[in-house]
Amino acid sequence: MGRMNGLVLSLGALGFGILYLPIIVMIIYSFNAGKLVSVWSGASLKWYASLLENDQLLSAFGTSLLIAVWAATIATIFGICIAVAFVRFGNFRSRLALSAIASAPLVMPEIVTGLSMLLLFISMESLFGWPAGRGVDTIIIAHATFGMCFAAVVVQARLRDFDMAIEEAAADLGARQPFIFLSITLPVIAPAVVAAWLLAFTLSFDDLVIASFVSGPGSSTLPILVFSKVRLGVTPEINALATVMILVVAIAVIGASWVLRCRLAARSPD
Amino acid sequence: MAPFIRLKSISKSFADVVAVDNLSLDIEKGELFCLLGASGCGKSTLLRLLAGFESPTTGTIEIDGHDMAGVAPADRPVNFMFQNYALFPHMSVAGNIGYGLRRAGLRGDALGERVDALLKLVRLQNLGSRKPHQLSGGQRQRVALARALARRPKLLLLDEPLAALDKKLREDTQFELVDIQEKLGTTFIVVTHDQEEAMTLAGRIGIMDAGQLVQVDEPRKLYERPKNSFVADFLGTISFVDGVVGQRDKTGITLDGDLKIRALTDLDLAVGKAVKLAIRPEKIYLSRTASGASNEIEVVVEDLAYLGFATNYRVKTPSGQMFKLQQQQRRSTEAPLSWGETGYVHFDPQDVIVLED
Amino acid sequence: MVRGLVRYVAHLPAVTGRRLVIALPLIWLAVFFFLPLVETLQVSFTTPRRGIPPYAPLWGFGDDGFFTNFTTGNYELLLQYWSDYFGPALNSIKLAFFSTLVCLAFAYPMAWWIARSTEKWRTVLLVMVMLPFWTSSLLRLYALIGLLNPNGFINAAGLWLGLIDAPIQMMQTDFSIYIGMVLTYLPLMILPLYAVMVRLDADLLAAAADLGASGPEIFRTIILPLTVPGIVAGSLLVFIPAVGEFVIPALLGGPDQLMMGKVLWTEFFRNRDWPVASAIAMLLLAILTVPIIYARYQDGRETAADGPEQPAEAK
Repeated sequence: MGRMNGLVLSLGALGFGILYLPIIVMIIYSFNAGKLVSVWSGASLKWYASLLENDQLLSAFGTSLLIAVWAATIATIFGICIAVAFVRFGNFRSRLALSAIASAPLVMPEIVTGLSMLLLFISMESLFGWPAGRGVDTIIIAHATFGMCFAAVVVQARLRDFDMAIEEAAADLGARQPFIFLSITLPVIAPAVVAAWLLAFTLSFDDLVIASFVSGPGSSTLPILVFSKVRLGVTPEINALATVMILVVAIAVIGASWVLRCRLAARSPD
Repeated sequence: MAPFIRLKSISKSFADVVAVDNLSLDIEKGELFCLLGASGCGKSTLLRLLAGFESPTTGTIEIDGHDMAGVAPADRPVNFMFQNYALFPHMSVAGNIGYGLRRAGLRGDALGERVDALLKLVRLQNLGSRKPHQLSGGQRQRVALARALARRPKLLLLDEPLAALDKKLREDTQFELVDIQEKLGTTFIVVTHDQEEAMTLAGRIGIMDAGQLVQVDEPRKLYERPKNSFVADFLGTISFVDGVVGQRDKTGITLDGDLKIRALTDLDLAVGKAVKLAIRPEKIYLSRTASGASNEIEVVVEDLAYLGFATNYRVKTPSGQMFKLQQQQRRSTEAPLSWGETGYVHFDPQDVIVLED
Repeated sequence: MVRGLVRYVAHLPAVTGRRLVIALPLIWLAVFFFLPLVETLQVSFTTPRRGIPPYAPLWGFGDDGFFTNFTTGNYELLLQYWSDYFGPALNSIKLAFFSTLVCLAFAYPMAWWIARSTEKWRTVLLVMVMLPFWTSSLLRLYALIGLLNPNGFINAAGLWLGLIDAPIQMMQTDFSIYIGMVLTYLPLMILPLYAVMVRLDADLLAAAADLGASGPEIFRTIILPLTVPGIVAGSLLVFIPAVGEFVIPALLGGPDQLMMGKVLWTEFFRNRDWPVASAIAMLLLAILTVPIIYARYQDGRETAADGPEQPAEAK
């Protein structure tokens, strides 16, 4: 069935178009000397230059990066725990509870999770004195919370296809759990773990709504800053920032798949 | 009258791989024809060409006098039975069987009656409402067969129909398949890699290798009169003797060298020509003592396998020539030979097959 | 120190390990996901007031002993000002529903294209689908504004090419919401569809063609029924968060595209009325309870069906 319907192809192309047209236009106009997207005033790198001098944007970028790294790491560790529990532990006592609580955040509207977490932090503060005010740590906690549910889905999918014979061989040779899991299983499912981490990272870095609720003074993330700027009007530096981010992601992805292809080619003798 | 199915100079290439190489074949109406070959020989590709899933790179396919070029699978008077059955998982057995009929516009009572008849044909009468995943392998195979027969195709193509079944079931199903084909009179083309299966099912077998037909004949002729050593070796077991023609007379030849084997043949072979002789294992006799029979050779038993109804022997001559023979279990005055013992083989010159390649 | 910790963990007895592995995420999620929802429920029954936090505690012990500020006033408010609250609620459902359909319309052929491609192309296309997902959706929506604005790229190009006489109003319409939703949620719809389609045996399609089915018939009788699980999964993944979506209506929508997310945001940040905002959150949850439970039920069925097939052994 190699013949593709014309309708399928045109709808597909249109779909990709919708996905990519905004990005392409944005990249092109990041080199636009003028401010407006509708007028091309000649090529220029000035927005990139002013981006480098925009301390506000840069510090927000740094904050987002810090938060995302922490949140993704916590999310991945807990996500692995959830995945292992579901795939390996059979029908344990709290399975239903964990299953419900680990899948609800996947579909919950962010506005609800954001608001509810803020309310929790406030009452925790008044009861225990921690967390003292909202800031980077509360955002990290919030992001890790929904991040671990997404990470769990990714790791679970990989774990389900995992060949248990490898672990059984290790056990037969004298190793015990959890050593087997850490030294054998984890390295084998490493690509899925990395994918889970990247997913949690992206979700954290990109999050606006939840961060808006649980952030405090001085912990402005990049999305919060961009959102406030967008309400006020066009800032072409954001085009430049977006282009840089897209380029970084694209290079990382292409680089990773190129490395993967080289490794695969090296491994198979033909 | 033109043959029912005519394949003329068919070639099919995928990228730079030639799957079918200038193949021509005629098949008569009502035949049960087998395409036999190892994996990768092109037999499945040929079947898919007949079904219309692929188009030939060159050549023509005619079915019942009509050229099939450009004709879609849905419009051909051909139906296909897949190796993995390809049953629709979301439909019941009756739904699967009736699928082709519904596409042809059949509805209501007429549809129900026809489906019931088909269920009866493949002995699945009470399983109409079951889903494929609730059936055993053998049952699924019968659903696939019934589904493919529903539209009364002029030609039925079966791709390794028995490959997924276990041995006992396969044997029973082989005879069932032949029965159904004879009852319906539909032309069947079966693709298989199992030569025993081909021999059981087929009226004629086409042996394929590397995209070409090597020999097309009845099973008996293929077995007893193979055209070359490939066919001889492909079917059953056989012993080969390489040699040079030493003497030629009116009825046959005698080899030159240590083993002066005499063979009857019609081939016109000059003295000194290199030939390959082949003898079937059941045509070679083994005994402890020499009896003066024709082509008697002294051998040592290298290996033997007791099978119950017979024993397979591998024996070797002092000069290193190996023979594989099968000795039926029968009451005999002499004790059967064992490992390392010396004995004598003999075989009739008219049982020796002479091959040029 | 880290290595020592890892070594310690690695050699823990299996049973303690198991309990730990289950308990860690369970406790975390119970505290940071479930408890907040309980807290929100509580706050939805209190009254707003000045100060920090801007609501009265639900209960406590004061000078006169136990007191409570329980009130159903917030919910009564929602009922009273129907158009301000339930109107947007219905609007949210409507816009989310049609956004899901539009996403499906694009995602279905795209997923089919990817699933039917050769191994090499499949990875490339999947990466192309996921790449925008990994770049900030906020920035992409921002770019979309630049495209759809009256003085934006599309209108400028259209005028310049002579295709239109005057700028078309594309911003602040249902249309801009749908495009924004597609931009944000398309990968979420494509992936479950792709997962189902890639498992579809090509022989099934060949068998259907062999049995006389035309292209549309093959789609209707074979492809569509077998991809329903993917359609359901993808639709739930899009519809449920879309109902509570805030950013898209905030950036791309006008007063006619008022959605619950925006209402909640306004109540919370502008009006500083946290109890009402909590009540709205509860309302949102109530609307989504059925879809969420259905999604969980489907999820459970899928994991059960992942087990090996056990055919009846009657021959």
